Order: sequence, then C-alpha cells, then structure tokens
Amino acid sequence: MAITRKHFLSGLIILACVAGLSLSASAAEKLKVGFVYISPIGDAGWTYQHDLGRREMEKNLGDKVETKYIESVPEGPEAERVIRDLAKSGYDLIFTTSFGYMNPTLKVAKMFPRKHFEHSTGYKTSKNVGTYMCRFYEGRYLTGIIAGKMTKSNVLGYVAAFPIPEVIRGINAFTLGARSVNPDVKVKVIWVNSWFDPGKEREASEALITQGADVITHHTDSTAPTLTAEEKGVYAIAYHSDMSKYGPHAHLTAATHVYGDFYTKTAQAVLDNTWKPEQVWSGIKEGSIELAPINPVVPKDVVALVDSTTKGIADGSIHPFQGPIRDQSGKVVVEAGKSLSDKELLGMNYYVEGVLGNIPK
Amino acid sequence: MDFDIFIQILAAAIAAGTPFVYAALGELVTEKSGVLNLGVEGMMLVGAISGFIAMAKTGSLIVAILCGMSAGALMAFIFAVLTLTLMANQVASGLALTIFGVGLSAFLGLKYTSIALPGVPEIHIPFLSDIPVLGRLFFSYDILIYSSLILFAAISWFLYKTKAGLILRGIGEAPKSAHALGYNVIGIRYLAVLFGGAMAGLGGVYLSVAYTPMWVEGMVAGRGWVALALVVFATWRPARVMAGAYLFGGITIAQFHIQGFGIEIPAQLLSMLPYIATIIVLVFISRDQNTIRLNSPASLGQTYHPNNQ
Repeated sequence: MAITRKHFLSGLIILACVAGLSLSASAAEKLKVGFVYISPIGDAGWTYQHDLGRREMEKNLGDKVETKYIESVPEGPEAERVIRDLAKSGYDLIFTTSFGYMNPTLKVAKMFPRKHFEHSTGYKTSKNVGTYMCRFYEGRYLTGIIAGKMTKSNVLGYVAAFPIPEVIRGINAFTLGARSVNPDVKVKVIWVNSWFDPGKEREASEALITQGADVITHHTDSTAPTLTAEEKGVYAIAYHSDMSKYGPHAHLTAATHVYGDFYTKTAQAVLDNTWKPEQVWSGIKEGSIELAPINPVVPKDVVALVDSTTKGIADGSIHPFQGPIRDQSGKVVVEAGKSLSDKELLGMNYYVEGVLGNIPK
Repeated sequence: MDFDIFIQILAAAIAAGTPFVYAALGELVTEKSGVLNLGVEGMMLVGAISGFIAMAKTGSLIVAILCGMSAGALMAFIFAVLTLTLMANQVASGLALTIFGVGLSAFLGLKYTSIALPGVPEIHIPFLSDIPVLGRLFFSYDILIYSSLILFAAISWFLYKTKAGLILRGIGEAPKSAHALGYNVIGIRYLAVLFGGAMAGLGGVYLSVAYTPMWVEGMVAGRGWVALALVVFATWRPARVMAGAYLFGGITIAQFHIQGFGIEIPAQLLSMLPYIATIIVLVFISRDQNTIRLNSPASLGQTYHPNNQ
C-alpha cells in the first residue's frame, strides 16, 4: 500500500512538472488523442464508426493532433490498465467508446486530473470526464418509414440483443416510423441475448423471415442479418454501418452514427483550452445520425418523405416520440401535442402499439 | 402452426445441425479407436479461419474445404504426437488444444474480420427441388449439407461393414489384443485422430464459408463442445449422432420461432434448452450400464504403449 501511495505521489509531482512544462510550450506541441475500442475495427460496425470519426478528426485538424487507438480492449480491469497507460504516455484527450469503460474511465480520470476524458454511452461525469452518445432512435424512426413503405406482408422483423432501454427505444422508434406511413404494420422481435453472435443472428433472422417478415433490421453488431436477408430474398435495414456490400439487393439503407464532427470539435476545444465536461446527446441536427445511401429500389416519393422527415427532426418540428403514442394495451402513454423528454426516453421500458410479444423480464 | 412454417423450421434445423454432424462424426471415429480428443472446438476454429482465408484468396470452395480439413488435421496431428507418441494425458492435451486453437484462429484471422464472402448457393435440382413439401425438405440445401450425408453413410459403412472398421473398433476395445494380433495400434490411432481433426475442420469451414459467410473471433461459439457431448448422447452410434445433431439444431431454431410467435417463455431459458436436453439424455443413458458397456469403446481415454504392458 505504502509503495503504491509513494508511487502515486511521485507520479503526481512529475505530472505537475510535465503539465507545467507542456503549458509553457503548448503552442508548438501536438495534442495527443487516444481512443479505446471494444472490438477490432474491421470494416463495419460500432468500432468502425468510431474509427471513421477518428480519421476525420485527423484530416480536419491536420498536424495539430496525433492519434492512437487500441482495439479489442475487454471491459473491466484490462480497460483500466489501457486507459492509464495512454494517460501516462502523454495522451491529453482520451475517448473510451464502450459502456463498460465507464468506471475504469472515471477511476483513471481521478488519477490524472489534468487530462481530458470522454466516455461514450455512459451516464457518469466528473470534473474531467464528459459523456457523448447519439440519438440512435432518430435514425431508427427514418428507417421505419422506409420499412413501412417497402413491406408487402406488413410484418417487420427485428433481431435484438438485450432488453435494455436503448434497444427498446430503437424498436419503438422503428415501429412508430413504420406505422406513421402504414398503420397496419406489426413488428416481430426476437432476442438473441448477445451483441455479437453471427450464428444466432442468422437463425433469428431466418425465423423472422419464415414467420412472414419481409424487412429485417437488427440491434446487434454483425452483418449476418443482412447476409441472411440477401440469401432469402427479402429486404434488410442495417445498423451502425453501411452494409450494402454484404447484401446489394437486400440492403435498403442503414441507420449509422457519425462522430467526425464531435471528435474534431472536442479536440479543438482542448487545444483552445475551452473544454468542459458535458453530457452530449446529439442527433440528426448535429450531424451525428445519418442514413447510408438508400437502395434505388425504394421509390422516389418515399425517399422524398424520408428527406423531409429528416429536415423536420433537424429543425425540431418533428419528434419521433410525438404524441399520441399508445402502448401495447392501447393505453395512451404520450398525449397528443406532447413528446417524450430525454429523461423519459432514457428510461424507456415498454413497447409501443404495433410491437408483438413482450419484453423479457 | 402453419404446416409450411413447420417444414421451414425442419429445413433450417438440418442446416443448423450440420456443423455438429461433421464434428461429431469425426470425433466418433477418433473415440472408436480409443482416443478421447477434447480439442474439437479448437480444431473447428482453426478449420473455420483456414477455410475462410482460402475462400477469400481463391474463391474456390474446393480449396477452402481442403485447406480447412488440412488445418484441422494438422491440429489433430499435434494432439496425436502429444498423446500417442509422447503419451501425454489425453484430457489435458485435448483441453490445451482447444485453448491453443482459440488463440491461433484469432491471430490468423486478424486481417479477415468482416470481409464479405459470396456464400455457397443452394443446389437447385430440376423437378425435385420444385416438389412442394418434399422439395423444400430434401432438395434445397447447399453442397456441404449433402456431402455431410454422404460422409455419414460412408462412415457407418466403414465402421460396421468393412474389415478395416472392425480393426479400428477392435483397437478401441482391446488395444493389447489387437497388438498381439499384429496390428499397428499407434499407427491406426494416428489415422483416426487425423480423420477426426479433418472432420472438425470441415465443420468449421461449413460455419465460416456457408452458414454465416464471415469470420469473427470465436465464431464456433461452443459448437465443438456440443459435438463432444453428442457423441456420448448418441452412445457412439453414427445414426444416433445424426439424430442428435438435427434435434439439437431443431431446438435452437425452434426457440427463435417460439419467440417470434410471442409465446411467453424467457429467452434466456430457451437459450439453455439444448444444453438441458443433453444433460437429461446423458442422465438417462448413464442409468443403464449396459448401453454404455455395449457401445462405449473400452479403452477410451487410456494411454497405450505396446512396449509397456
């Protein structure tokens, strides 16, 4: 214990010296920005989107920044070590991009009070830890419109990972979007209890297709649902990234999230010494949510409707969770003229009308 | 339930059961010679990534199959050297092989995460595939599923109708006697272990090239362990291995359909179903000593050396 404290104290002294030095020489120094990823970057998916953002930031800020990323960092003690190593080796701004990095990030941030930390999808902040997340549900609502227009069977399939508010919010937004253009639509949900298991995702997609779904979407990370839809000749709406090369005929579009702007702005703020820890929840308005290029099989009027809805969400005239909204029993949960607050959205734990089945307890 | 949906579930169960068929039939042959190789999961993973790399590089399914099988056999060769030549403990070596395979496949696959492969098309047989119900049930699969059926027939024939099969089984029952009769126990066990590895590799290729044409770390996801359990579940009989594999595939598929129909059973419970089924069957067959004694190779898992008796 004593040794640790001694190290910690001497570390603090060294840090203070280094910080003092770097302040005096800051104009010429590059800002070192570190990224911690949960999975390999690959060429589609959650981490891939974050890495696109990193690359865009590098392009925007040129030689003012220097970045480094570490892939496949498991949540837990290993994450703490990786974040600490980054902070120790001079990274002034560190983005940690998975929910389970929340506590490790806060812990390391406490040890390095002069460094800046940004944690994605968490809810805890501190003096030098901010959080950021995208309004994924806005993209879901838009893809719902496309699915509602393209379905012939009026059954949409949704492969879902775990019954947490974020996933339920996506299912509801998708359903509301689809029913805004086609009130007969029903959404079938199959839970696979995994964020990433191509075999299960395939089997669940196949089951949904067999049960009549002709548009499949998913809140899991692999390309298996798109591949399966392509194989079975139905449509798919991907998540995270454009997955069109996995299903050129099936892939209608994808609800993607974009971080380039946010990463650029945050790094610039640190460079300018104006950075503050904030809880950022950004959506279409801020350019954080986009649709992948829409497949040409989608009729022009549908694309136009998606465009106008996108504009509406951006300027605030349309809210995906705009009343009246009924739950499965038909009870009005959001009255006409009202829309859900962020707090209500974050705690969502019920299905809206049109979703079949029940949320697993 | 709609009859058509029922047929679709059956067809999907056959596809879901095929990786088990390959791996479990291979393990069956290995165990029939008296060797217990617990490294199936690792061999499947290495087979999966090798087949995937070959498919991505050459685009040829044949090359992918050959690469996957050779990679699986190579893994099995390591195991054979350890347990048959160096006489290491089979259980420990098998477990080590799995752990090694998990790491090796992840390393080999680093650059291949989420590359798109075209997949393996279903074979359309004129007339036969168009028969309403039977066509969907019997003539709508890809080549790897048909070849698993052919392999099943070949293995059953080999084990029970040929002299070579008899010798293999004899070695599994009483290696000392086989040795006294002049058979090369170690040599034949080598061949059986290599065959088991090649089959596990082929099961892996089916997963990464045909079933979900992609590579992700650990994508075999425990199927190798299930295959091992299936061999016991089937009391070392090829036909029961097939039945068990399809039953297993069927339960996996059925649990998703049950969810889709909105029947209220917790998804977590349904995910456990296949494993519970195995345990129940294991309990039932273990209660009857005769079934075990009749079918289980008597020398299974025991180290054997001809000069040391």
